[in-house]
Amino acid sequence: MADAPAPIPVTVIGGYLGAGKTTLVNSLLRQADGLRLAVLVNEFGELPIDADLIESRDENVINIAGGCVCCSYGSDLIEALKTLETLDPAPDHLLIEASGVALPDAIAQSTTLIARYTVDGIVVLVDAESVRGHGSDKYLADTIAHQLEVADIILLNKTDLLASDLLGQTREWLHANCAGARIVETEKANVRLPTLLGARLEAPLSDVGHNHVHAQHESFVLSVEGPVDPHTLTKRLSDASFDLIRTKGFVTGMDGCSYAVQTVGRRASVVATSQSARDTGRIVCIRSGGPIDRSALEAMASELTD
Amino acid sequence: MTVIYPARRIITMNPSNPDARHVAVRDGRIIGAGSLEDLAGWGDHTIDDRFADKVLMPGLVEGHSHAHEGSCWRAVYCGYFDRMDPNGTVWPGLDSFDAIFDRLREQDAAMEPGDDPISGWSLDPIYYGDARMSRADLDGVSTVRPIGIRHASGHIMNVNTKALELAGLLREGINHPGVPLGDDGLPTGELKGPDAMELAASHVGLDRKVMSADAWGLRQFGRLCVRQGVTTATDLANPLPPEAVDMMLEVTGASDFPVCMVSLRRFQGVTPKELVERCVELRAMSTERLRLGRVKIHADGSIQGFTARLRWPGYYNGAPNGLWYATPEQMQEIYEGALEHDLLVHTHTNGDEAIEMMLDTFERAVHKVPRPDHRYTLQHCQLADTAQFRRMKKLGLCVNLFANHHFYWGDQHYEKTVGPERANRMNACATALREGVPLAIHSDAPVTPLGPFFTAWCAVNRLTPSGRTLGEAEKISVAEALHTITLGAAYTLKMDDEVGSIETGKRADFAVLEDDPYEIGAANLKDVRVWGTVQAGRVFAVEDI
Repeated sequence: MADAPAPIPVTVIGGYLGAGKTTLVNSLLRQADGLRLAVLVNEFGELPIDADLIESRDENVINIAGGCVCCSYGSDLIEALKTLETLDPAPDHLLIEASGVALPDAIAQSTTLIARYTVDGIVVLVDAESVRGHGSDKYLADTIAHQLEVADIILLNKTDLLASDLLGQTREWLHANCAGARIVETEKANVRLPTLLGARLEAPLSDVGHNHVHAQHESFVLSVEGPVDPHTLTKRLSDASFDLIRTKGFVTGMDGCSYAVQTVGRRASVVATSQSARDTGRIVCIRSGGPIDRSALEAMASELTD
Repeated sequence: MTVIYPARRIITMNPSNPDARHVAVRDGRIIGAGSLEDLAGWGDHTIDDRFADKVLMPGLVEGHSHAHEGSCWRAVYCGYFDRMDPNGTVWPGLDSFDAIFDRLREQDAAMEPGDDPISGWSLDPIYYGDARMSRADLDGVSTVRPIGIRHASGHIMNVNTKALELAGLLREGINHPGVPLGDDGLPTGELKGPDAMELAASHVGLDRKVMSADAWGLRQFGRLCVRQGVTTATDLANPLPPEAVDMMLEVTGASDFPVCMVSLRRFQGVTPKELVERCVELRAMSTERLRLGRVKIHADGSIQGFTARLRWPGYYNGAPNGLWYATPEQMQEIYEGALEHDLLVHTHTNGDEAIEMMLDTFERAVHKVPRPDHRYTLQHCQLADTAQFRRMKKLGLCVNLFANHHFYWGDQHYEKTVGPERANRMNACATALREGVPLAIHSDAPVTPLGPFFTAWCAVNRLTPSGRTLGEAEKISVAEALHTITLGAAYTLKMDDEVGSIETGKRADFAVLEDDPYEIGAANLKDVRVWGTVQAGRVFAVEDI
């Protein structure tokens, strides 16, 4: 019997109309650089994909330079997922752009009905100017609240359109209304692909170009010497106190086996892996909007490996 | 050539000529209703007295149904109530799970040996106490064939182990609210919501594409319409891809297709702007028996599924508020574009918050793009209160209320979903009429069976399955109910100039009845026997259909 095909990680991109979901998708496609991204959108609408990225299109599929693809799914998410699963070569990562009033966690859960997909994270974009208005709208308040509650990462977008005191208030409001999501501030939904999707995180982030257009990030490689309980480790890494957007690496467990560990905002995952022991013990950590508290991380790692 | 039909009674729904004994038809249209001498004045004619002992009414108009009711009959009927199929066979309701399994076993035995699937439909577990159907139960019917039964709500499905296996769902570790797990960590066989259902649907013969009205199903739907006296029927939420339009044009174009279908394009998979453009194109493709170019939007979900959007104080059992299926911005943009292009829009709203959102967005849109006589219609609109009906009147809106709901889910609404007070005012037909809102009532077939006399009976009596009368004050009279299932529904479709009454110039559409609905009276209105229909002058007898 052939090896089970590699799982396809899924990132659900939620947020109300006008928050910048389409802009984010295009930005990620521009950074794909050989990574085969598949994008599912509810409808093609008015230019879901920038024209210069499109190689060809038909009614339901847009082929994008570099092996990426964008499909519209209308009301039939499952059928679209089943079709994507059969692509050869398979996509490296799937982005699902949720509609404005969709509940992103419900979409993420639905992807897990097909064994091939695994949820990487839920990213919710908010328009810095309008999110508090939507958040108190008589019809939308509970839907917006739900989207914020289930987010692993919130992109606070269009920050350039807001005066700094208002931005500060919006930031506080978001912290009070999310359930521990990491908040990343962006202007035109520009965020580095490795930060958001975890792909190619092995390289320190300073190696990735065009810093000036992206949100300010800091990266740090945490050494974990010796065996550690991977679940405790990821729980600690995803804790709000470190404010890390994403961490990814390999560790040796208490049982001597290797584990791939990652956190996406507040979401933690641990998967047993065949990675050889000599590659384990390095975890790339990313934070946005301030320095990483390296000594606290190191202290935590040494406490756990004692 | 003019044909004059004498009848026992002709209920014209034309207030200036309410009752007649003769109707004259030429070229598929009504020349007039009146006395034989009056009609003979039109010149050469023949007299056809096949309806001499029948009662004629205007052909009935079903203002909210779905053509895939016809396709449902490919599957085995598993409902709790008796239901008539397109052949006229009445399938007895099944009062226990065992009775359902027996019927499925009969189907198994009637099929070629092998692993072809068994499909069922219209299961409604609320009538069987607390018991839940499991995959093991259905394995008792067959372990070789995949089996799937769709619930009456359309939102849940029960499958057997074979179907779970084929769907890739027979594994541990599934974490999804639509896939309950048993003690063994494996799915129980109940699949809730479109995503969970979709995985198994194609393996159990309940694929959404197959079930969304194919040519065979549409023909069956036409036959059902004849049996119920219906000559104009809506197909209220069709995505209408080009291939579906081609199929519908072909089927309805056949010289013996008995119904005028009005198919609304559902807002799904396109932007508001594209939707409007597409509907303008569709409108130009309309034919005599297929009317296209109308719009359907869904604002929220269903009350019994707890997905309708309710205002404070919300659900009686404390369930969280439901879901939005469109944003206020999208709805307003559709209304504005549609008003500009003179496209009719019907909006699905169940909960009172969804109704209010519709009223707010529509009010803004019609203020920007005024259009007198737009006739935009709130569909279902089950929880509207009096103030909302007053706003509808001021905004020129129509309403099509879901009268059948009381009979199928009334007790559940009373006890669980919205509680006694709001259950009593649900589908407030009398309030709508009192406030002057143009009114239709509907079946939403296949959710409940197609049959306007049954729907009228529901609105007149407001009885629940347990015999409770829900909302004495919201009952309407037989005459008012007959208006809603003819002219009332035609008005909401902007077709009251063509159909809905028997008067000079209109299409020769008749419901041919054995019983007089006024004589049979309120309590028995659902039992009016239908002989057949006349559609655009063509005669369709139930016994030959």
